[in-house]
Amino acid sequence: MSKPDLKVKIGSLEFNNPIFVASGTFGYGLESSDFVDINKLGAIVTKSLSLKPRKGNPPPRIVETPSGMLNAIGLANIGVERFLKEKLPLLNQFDTKIIANVAASSVEEYVECVRLMTNEKIDAFEINVSCPNVHDGGLEFGTNCLKVGEITQKTVAVSTKPIIIKLTPNVTRIAEFAQVAKENGAAAVSAINTFIGMVIDITKRKPKLSHNTGGLSGPAIKPLAVAKVFQIYKEVDIPIIGIGGISNYSDVIEFLLAGATAVQIGTHNFVEPDCTEKIISDLVKYLINNNVKSVKELIGKLQLF
Amino acid sequence: MYQIISPIVDRKIVSDQIHLLTFKSKEIAKDAKPGQFVNVRVSNGLYPYLRRPFSICEVNYDTFSILFSVFGMGTKVLAEKKAGGSLDVIGPLGKGFSIDKDFESAIIVAGGLGSAPFPFLISRLKPDVNIKSFVGARTKELLISYKLENISFATDDGSYGKKMNVVELLSDEFQKGSFDSKVKLYGCGPTLMLKALSKFALENNFDCEISTEAAMACGFGICQGCPMESSNGEKYFLVCKDGPVFNVRDVKL
Ligand SMILES: Cc1cc2nc3c(=O)[nH]c(=O)nc-3n(C[C@H](O)[C@H](O)[C@H](O)COP(=O)(O)OP(=O)(O)OC[C@H]3O[C@@H](n4cnc5c(N)ncnc54)[C@H](O)[C@@H]3O)c2cc1C
Ligand SMILES: Cc1cc2nc3c(=O)[nH]c(=O)nc-3n(C[C@H](O)[C@H](O)[C@H](O)COP(=O)(O)O)c2cc1C
Ligand code: FES
Repeated sequence: MSKPDLKVKIGSLEFNNPIFVASGTFGYGLESSDFVDINKLGAIVTKSLSLKPRKGNPPPRIVETPSGMLNAIGLANIGVERFLKEKLPLLNQFDTKIIANVAASSVEEYVECVRLMTNEKIDAFEINVSCPNVHDGGLEFGTNCLKVGEITQKTVAVSTKPIIIKLTPNVTRIAEFAQVAKENGAAAVSAINTFIGMVIDITKRKPKLSHNTGGLSGPAIKPLAVAKVFQIYKEVDIPIIGIGGISNYSDVIEFLLAGATAVQIGTHNFVEPDCTEKIISDLVKYLINNNVKSVKELIGKLQLF
Repeated sequence: MYQIISPIVDRKIVSDQIHLLTFKSKEIAKDAKPGQFVNVRVSNGLYPYLRRPFSICEVNYDTFSILFSVFGMGTKVLAEKKAGGSLDVIGPLGKGFSIDKDFESAIIVAGGLGSAPFPFLISRLKPDVNIKSFVGARTKELLISYKLENISFATDDGSYGKKMNVVELLSDEFQKGSFDSKVKLYGCGPTLMLKALSKFALENNFDCEISTEAAMACGFGICQGCPMESSNGEKYFLVCKDGPVFNVRDVKL
């Protein structure tokens, strides 16, 4: 059999393969180049960028949990201006799509960030309306359908590039939020960001994170994430980028079958920094062995009982 | 910085519950500098999930060792590993101790497992540098002096050496006028000890570097999980990338 086709499309954008790296788990995209051939990735999603640099939350910011971790980084980042000056030119040397993830504490800030970057060599924007670790903005937006609609509409209006809305799972019906994103012009949704979690030190009778709660990620959340992707796929006709606990090729196939067009690998980049390359080559083997000519043939092909 | 499946070539119990694991990896051994660390994947399964960071304790040609005690799940699994096996190791990571400046005496201050980075440091100090080690722990059984030189001991309960903490011991020696040459201090141990050591060094105007710890996920600067505040409070350094070794002038513990 000839080499299977790994290409996927989201709106007008075509990606070499459906394996992307998730925001906040790959730095600004350059730090892992000792381990991975960046040219092989479908896309890099940058760390969330805010208008001004953010210092982030005080330590401890992370704690391990069974098959996962909680983080309360608090969107520590260098800000849009330094990103454009220091990181983007280096990222542009690679043959992969660049998705700039944007976070903000007001609707105006989202709009301003997108406006400042829209004429740069960036392929799409992922709007993070779902960070559980900041006091101003963050989840307050992501759990409010009206706000998600407003942020989508206003960022779409100033952007020459596709807008992807990154949804939070910390809501009762995630499909409603995907619907609102679609109605307001989003090209796709990313599902999901982290689940709110808490770990308590029983000796000190205090939370283990200085932020008290954090975002749960890693293999522990995979079944929850697959269910959220499936719920959106069933109800809303919009491309979905599946995220949550992926650590190998079979996890990727689960997400594709549930309805994702592409996936992002997050926490596992910390454990196996070269995992994305391995996942891509294992995916190719799976497609060959199962006589699947294009990865697109798997999207949403779940057979229900 | 390499990610290498490293064969375990030796396993020793150094003293009560203290394990020394030696790995073969020419690449990591060749590039390593004292004070740097490795991030070890203790299990290929999903629990424990994250890697565990350990100081590089010794380097010999194409091998390097880590020194640890059983603390939680990860080190429990690690303590069961045997020579003949292998583990996925990332390293060498972080910035190590500086040994370029002109000094005549190196004073090592170690609390508990804080001794771990110093055998490697001692092996790389100039032959004419005097080495003096101050080693402390809560009690006798927890004192670790593996391959340290010229050692004075302190225990909180007085079961061995002087009954005081290790920084008090250091301070006593200083009052006695024992440090007459150009001195550089190197410290590693629990945060409270490092705080006291920093205070001592700053008050007495010593050049002092400390090796710090923070919970880590990646170990090489991508997760932002390991902040350490700068002394002016303006920004956070990353312990894994900007440290783990810092000059006491630069950070607020
Ligand atoms: C740069 C650096 C160098 C280190 N060098 C050594 C060494 O040479 N010898 C040694 O015995 N220990 C060292 N440590 C501490 C060592 O990483 C922890 O003791 C170890 O991770 C505990 O793992 P565990 O699974 O047994 O404990 P658990 O409590 O089960 O670990 C839970 C989680 O907390 C993290 N964690 C727990 N304690 C620490 C700690 N003190 N520092 C950082 N993360 C922690 C673990 O990585 C893990 O993710 C070092 C830590 C750092 C950051
Ligand atoms: C340490 C860490 C930092 C993160 N930072 C961001 C961020 O800045 N912006 C964002 O949209 N998501 C962020 N995320 C969420 C991930 O992009 C991803 O949605 C989530 O971790 C679930 O995927 P995973 O289980 O594969 O990690 C972060 C996750 C982790 C673990
Ligand atoms: S451990 Fe990830 S940035 Fe330091």
